[in-house]
Amino acid sequence: MTNTNQPEQTPRISLLGTTALLFEPPGKMDIHTQRRIWWLAREVETWPCIKEAVPGMSNLMLVFSTPPRHVDSLEVDLIAAWGRAEELHLEGRIVELPVIYGGEYGPHIADVAAHTGLTIEEIVKIHSEPLYTVFALGSHPGYCYLGGMDPRIATPRRKVPIRGLPGGAVSIGGAQTGVSASPGPSGWNTIGHTALSFFDPLRAPPSLLAPGDMIRFKVERTIK
Amino acid sequence: MIEILSAIPLSSVQDLGRDGYLRYGVGTSGAMDRLALAAGNILLGNPDNSAAIEIPFFPFEVRFLEDIAFALTGADAAAELDGHAMPPWWTLQARKGQVLRLNPTRRGARCYLALAGGVNVPVVLGSRSTQLRGEFGGYCGRNLKQGDVIRAIQCGERREISDRFPAAGFGVEPPEFVLPQGDLESIAQGTRTFVRVLPAAEYDCYEEASLESFWNKDWKISAQSDRYGYRLEGLALVPKRTLEQRSHGIVPGVIQVPPSGQPIIQLRDAQPSGGYPKIGTVIEADLWRLAQADLCTQLRFVKTTYDEAVAALDTVDDYLNRVRRLAELYKLSMR
Repeated sequence: MTNTNQPEQTPRISLLGTTALLFEPPGKMDIHTQRRIWWLAREVETWPCIKEAVPGMSNLMLVFSTPPRHVDSLEVDLIAAWGRAEELHLEGRIVELPVIYGGEYGPHIADVAAHTGLTIEEIVKIHSEPLYTVFALGSHPGYCYLGGMDPRIATPRRKVPIRGLPGGAVSIGGAQTGVSASPGPSGWNTIGHTALSFFDPLRAPPSLLAPGDMIRFKVERTIK
Repeated sequence: MIEILSAIPLSSVQDLGRDGYLRYGVGTSGAMDRLALAAGNILLGNPDNSAAIEIPFFPFEVRFLEDIAFALTGADAAAELDGHAMPPWWTLQARKGQVLRLNPTRRGARCYLALAGGVNVPVVLGSRSTQLRGEFGGYCGRNLKQGDVIRAIQCGERREISDRFPAAGFGVEPPEFVLPQGDLESIAQGTRTFVRVLPAAEYDCYEEASLESFWNKDWKISAQSDRYGYRLEGLALVPKRTLEQRSHGIVPGVIQVPPSGQPIIQLRDAQPSGGYPKIGTVIEADLWRLAQADLCTQLRFVKTTYDEAVAALDTVDDYLNRVRRLAELYKLSMR
């Protein structure tokens, strides 16, 4: 499924080797689809052969405990379950994140400006305006994928991923935005930085934020 | 107890990996060559999933601070215990004060040093593997450096092994000789690594010519490769149209293609999710072959099916069961 093409009508199911299966339903990447993904994850993780059901951005990865001998029947069950899927409403909290935009804190904000034709001030205003919902966690410990970014600031992922990005990087990848929780590689465009800590392996659950929580970016300052 | 003598901090504590925390963004980590890790543990009578030390850089030296049985599996690093040669895929009883030296490898890229009882570091989120990105697990959440002292878990079995251990030790045939695959001549010459690949979701989105070269041309493992992933160099893969995926779960072995067209194989320290298009997945049963492929060597992809990929897992299990039976026999023969 791509942003640049017609959405498909039936869910797309593909294999990730013998380790996992990826379920990508048709439709928009919005809160309604995402709530059904959350419902499906809860349903599917009780099935035999499934070690973990991992929500993505309007998709779901099923990790096998043992590879099923017959993938076909699993696909049929999955499509049937998606047909039954309701919107699961998760009670979330609202967390405010102070962000410094631009300069050394947002080394790729110029690339976003070049791609979108917007000024840095406009990008910061558009990015900090919405109340974002945590759709899913992924990428690295504690990282949140957020729903609700204004498509005007969508910018493709970088041609070559950056190897050593710092923790707290606020970035844009395609039509999505998120905040890195620790240093590491990334293919996204970094536009700002926040100092909040998102993850503690000794806490249960280890992540500060969970799907359904909400984030607001508060502009601390903008470096031009 | 052993002390790390080498200065280059690239070795790490790993077990078979961390399960069940992908939804919190925590990747699996774990040994790059799970086959070698499990075999080393089996030789010592440890549970398969015990933690050991993964060594990707040579020469490497440790000093034993107590009498303890250990096993070496994975790459053939022309190992020497106090200057005496030790075969690869072998287990020995070390005496206090002895120094184990691993030299630049003759074959393979990563060695596993397992200790009787298993490496004793805290279990964090269900595993002893080092989570480098999250800076937890393993030894203080980081790679091992000079002067670190690693302890083994004390267990009843270990004393027995120590007392009855054969002086010359024993070993098993490395899997590359038992589980041959691909172009035998190339393997014998050590020129290429062959791995089986199952096409993934965006496979059909690439130009015919690109798919042709994906299967039939060499891919060089770039020097910018590590436990996160292998970056490959070859003819750039060209999609029929621009692809921009929504972020989704991925697993070790997934071959992503960033817009540069140069693929990246995600490995044990990889992120648990991503958004670059996926052309295929190196099957789990062949990931140990990748782990043992040196930087700058050539890689070939061989197309496979799901059923073949599942059967290949059984072949790997059969090998480990052979190692298990052999270790049992040695134990019995010592009684």
